[in-house]
Amino acid sequence: MTATSPPVNRRRLGSLAWPLGFTLAVILIFIFYRYWLPDSVDQVQKFVADWFPPAVINQCVIWVIMAIGLNVVVGYAGLLDLGYVAFWAIGTYVGAWLMSGWFFQVHWHIGGPPTLNKAPGIHISFWLVVIFAGAFCALWGVLIGAPTLRLRSDYLAIVTLGFGEIIPQVFANGDSEHLGFALTNGQQSIVPIDGIGTGVFSQLKGVNPQLGVFDLPYRFLVFCLVAAFCVFVSLRLRRGRLGRAWLAIREDELAASMMGVSLVRAKLSSYAVGAFFGGMGGVCYAVAVGGASPNFSFNNSITILMMVVLGGMGNVWGVIIGALIVSWVNLAGLSQFGDWYNNQFNTNIDFPSYNFLIFGIILVLMMLFRREGLLPESRTRLIMREPARTELETLGADIEAAEEEDEVILEEETEDELVGTETTGRSDGGNA
Amino acid sequence: MTATETEPEVPAPTPTGNDALRADDIVIAFGGLIAVNGVTFNVPEGGIVSLIGPNGAGKTTFFNVLTGLYRPTSGNVYLGGREVTGKAPHRIAKMGLARTFQNIRLFNLMTAEENVMVAMHSHLRSGIASTVFSMPWQRREEHRAHDASRDLLEFVGIGKVRNEYARNLSYGDQRRLEVARALALQPKVLLLDEPTAGMNPQESAQFVDFVHRVRDEKQVSVLLIEHDMSVVMRVSERITVLDRGERIAEGGPDDIRANERVVEAYLGKTGTREGRRDK
Repeated sequence: MTATSPPVNRRRLGSLAWPLGFTLAVILIFIFYRYWLPDSVDQVQKFVADWFPPAVINQCVIWVIMAIGLNVVVGYAGLLDLGYVAFWAIGTYVGAWLMSGWFFQVHWHIGGPPTLNKAPGIHISFWLVVIFAGAFCALWGVLIGAPTLRLRSDYLAIVTLGFGEIIPQVFANGDSEHLGFALTNGQQSIVPIDGIGTGVFSQLKGVNPQLGVFDLPYRFLVFCLVAAFCVFVSLRLRRGRLGRAWLAIREDELAASMMGVSLVRAKLSSYAVGAFFGGMGGVCYAVAVGGASPNFSFNNSITILMMVVLGGMGNVWGVIIGALIVSWVNLAGLSQFGDWYNNQFNTNIDFPSYNFLIFGIILVLMMLFRREGLLPESRTRLIMREPARTELETLGADIEAAEEEDEVILEEETEDELVGTETTGRSDGGNA
Repeated sequence: MTATETEPEVPAPTPTGNDALRADDIVIAFGGLIAVNGVTFNVPEGGIVSLIGPNGAGKTTFFNVLTGLYRPTSGNVYLGGREVTGKAPHRIAKMGLARTFQNIRLFNLMTAEENVMVAMHSHLRSGIASTVFSMPWQRREEHRAHDASRDLLEFVGIGKVRNEYARNLSYGDQRRLEVARALALQPKVLLLDEPTAGMNPQESAQFVDFVHRVRDEKQVSVLLIEHDMSVVMRVSERITVLDRGERIAEGGPDDIRANERVVEAYLGKTGTREGRRDK
């Protein structure tokens, strides 16, 4: 026990760096927007309002939640899901149904805003709705997954793509004209959505009992809390029995099943966990934009997938960074850069309309030069950078003998060895 | 060589109560091609049995029926007295049938220890909630699993590399890791599919002792598919020979060595049969 303690402690410390950094960044951003920005000079205010508006920052956090959710499915279990937007849509509409006056026929109030005590509709506290929507989406994940997850890679991708198309369509056509009763508002939005109750925190100075449309920095904190929950759950699951099974499935499905892993159950649970996060993110989205409209499309699924791939599949922190970059570029960065460029060079190019072109180019460049993503799992980096040892040995090179010699000569300079293997890999690739 | 010719010569093994693994009259047909034709076969508890035969004899197909990858066209498989025919592979694995693969199939990007722990999956209980909340009993279970996997890796002799990724292990160590991973299932029967492929004679010789040690210390029955005759003859208590989907002989190493049909069908591959064809 004592012999194994030190490395464990070191690992604990190392693994705390990212969570602490995440928390610190959230607090700093909050302080910046809440306390510092309102008192700062006009130029700063203008710059921030142009490039980093608080509403955009909040939406970026929601994209982060989505990306973390998809990472469980794509990054951990290696299942290609092209219809993740389905869970986003379900979550958003669950949020809208349970936190608005949409179902005016009933008066259900559970911890909703006290000001709406007499109002018709279902008004349930945001905190309950977030959990409920997650569970509801997880249930749908299981329902959708049960028949489809028996399929393998490409077929699975196609079927998920189908569900990703169907579900937003259901919401788009869920009005009284098509359904006979108004499940949704058709192409229009369900508005308005209740604020976020702050409970005991409303005692603090400056905190409203209900976080409304203008309490953006506080909402930012709430969304970050949801994101943190998703990160926490991801990391915990990843290290446990289920996480190992997911990884094993990603590595070798057949071998995993021969080792007693029930493929369907393991895949379903990854799908359900991913859907849970998607549902939570969906509710946050409904609150953030203040309504639920059926403008979900395949593009959203692809964008989330891109965040995961760009950030580094399987590594939560990488995925967060990927999501922040992509969503910021999408929501603010590109249009601001376009304005700046057009002003500077007196042109009239509509930059935001080229976003997928730009992301396409970035993806191609990534695949050429950094296939493993910006911040990959250490294990993924391995496979992308070095050929496997047995693979090299079958080439006829007597690596083992060479390594032993190297060890004698270089002793601790393992780095050199690494470079050596890498070049071998490259030349191999060149020959092939 | 038809079935009628075979049967009087090789009587079906008498069913005993303590067969660890038993296959009754297995037939596997792929369309019109009969890969395995009415093979009856058993592995006695605590025994080391080899399945040999020339290439294309149906050994691996037969193996795949035992592990649940194929459903036999007819016939039944019993594991420790319980029928497992047509059950899903992960269920059969959980019931006590573990295997290694002819061409190593480790989880390459997982450490040696993680590889072993994956195989403990079906014996661990913790679900999503207990893992997320890190319940005390979940932590204890994880701890036990860690210790058990460490012990298994020590047992197969690769304790030092437990935190290495499987893909970085040497070929021999990967073979050992496969055995450790299979043992983590706490199997009744261990199926080894050409375990000495790619080993040098010295390693193969060590392997014979290793199989005996596994059998004795882990109380498993062992079924081998093997091409290396020196290994087969030294390790096996009983040998079953398949040729073109049929069981042509069964017996101890000496019987098999002396069996004319085996020599003809199998060892004759390099001599007798080729010679006859030339005539």
